[in-house]
Amino acid sequence: MRVLLVDDSRAMRSIVARILRKIGIFDIDEAADGQEALDRVKAGPVPDLALVDWNMPVMNGLDFVISVRKEGEFRSMTIMMVTTENEHGQIVRALAAGAHEYLIKPFDEEALIDKLAILGFVGNLDEASSEQVHS
Amino acid sequence: MTVANDQFTFLQELVYKRSAMVLSDSKAYLAESRLMPLARAIGISDTGEFVAHVRRSHDVKLEEQVVEAMTINETLWFRDKRPFDALRSHVLPDLISRKASARQLSIWSAASSSGQELYSVAILLEESFPQMRDWRVSLLGTDLSREMVDKATSGVYSSMEMNRGLPAAMLIRYFSQSGSSYRLTDTIRSKVRFQQMNLASTPWPSLPVFDVILLRNVLIYFDVGTKQRILQEARRRLSPGGYLLLGTAETTSGLSGEFETVSAEGAVFYRVKER
Repeated sequence: MRVLLVDDSRAMRSIVARILRKIGIFDIDEAADGQEALDRVKAGPVPDLALVDWNMPVMNGLDFVISVRKEGEFRSMTIMMVTTENEHGQIVRALAAGAHEYLIKPFDEEALIDKLAILGFVGNLDEASSEQVHS
Repeated sequence: MTVANDQFTFLQELVYKRSAMVLSDSKAYLAESRLMPLARAIGISDTGEFVAHVRRSHDVKLEEQVVEAMTINETLWFRDKRPFDALRSHVLPDLISRKASARQLSIWSAASSSGQELYSVAILLEESFPQMRDWRVSLLGTDLSREMVDKATSGVYSSMEMNRGLPAAMLIRYFSQSGSSYRLTDTIRSKVRFQQMNLASTPWPSLPVFDVILLRNVLIYFDVGTKQRILQEARRRLSPGGYLLLGTAETTSGLSGEFETVSAEGAVFYRVKER
């Protein structure tokens, strides 16, 4: 599977990429803001999953979700917001705009893997089998 | 300084004496983080020194707090997913058809910790079984720890806790903002009840019978004799045709001959064998 990490913090992108590699996801692309992410998606190949920060320069994460959802052809792409924005109302807005899941920063490794399991990208949440990865 | 070997042995013995749980050596790493808040509360900044203090003082209240701190489990929403899939697709439909005339259902989360397991069941019922809204549904959670019972009852969770296994769509529907935390809606909170109970202290106090008993990741902490006594007590509280769920690493085999297994959605439930 192919993942696009959208975050203006290089450190955050590298932490998330490290966790993804640990569970067997190696096809990882990165973008530092919403506009760059939008360009990447349009240029293709379309990622299976985008992990998107909210507060970024140029184009924020919510505007990225709104823009990318306008383009019907990218509907297959799953989007999860990964952000410090933790208000109930913000989560409602993100999901209404077309994000599928929401992970609040700070988070630990298990929390990210739990969310990927909810989205069906990794196997059952059993402690023993959390390393299983669907291709 | 961390907890020394002989101090951890003392903790193991203390935990065993008070709760009958066996703390494996691999849990030694927990001592530091779990005991530090207790140590600080009485002005000690070193966990090693704190354990030495507990040992010397023979303070029963303090010993209880130590046992609680060492035995709490990390809990997740919809933990392990498969048992919840099995509840949705097999266990609950079966119980609903068999109890259609009585229109009553009771579920017990026997080591409810901070409440996520029982609330997940309440959310599952609300999401997937709207036809049960006029049933008498009793959802009980019990835990060894008073602190956990209070936390579960409050229904308030931090964002770190919300991150663990709860789909965002359910967060939106069943929680509201409470400062920087989230609080379960009254609709869900009003359906559940939590109380303190020590599973290892048998015979158990008077309890109703349950259609589903969730006894997950509890037996692993006990010795064989205690496991057997707990299963015997649980068996007496299961309604005819009721389901018992254990943790993935747990089984009744070698402990009780009275159960048979039922598999669904990759999860294994236990039912009392018919004679």
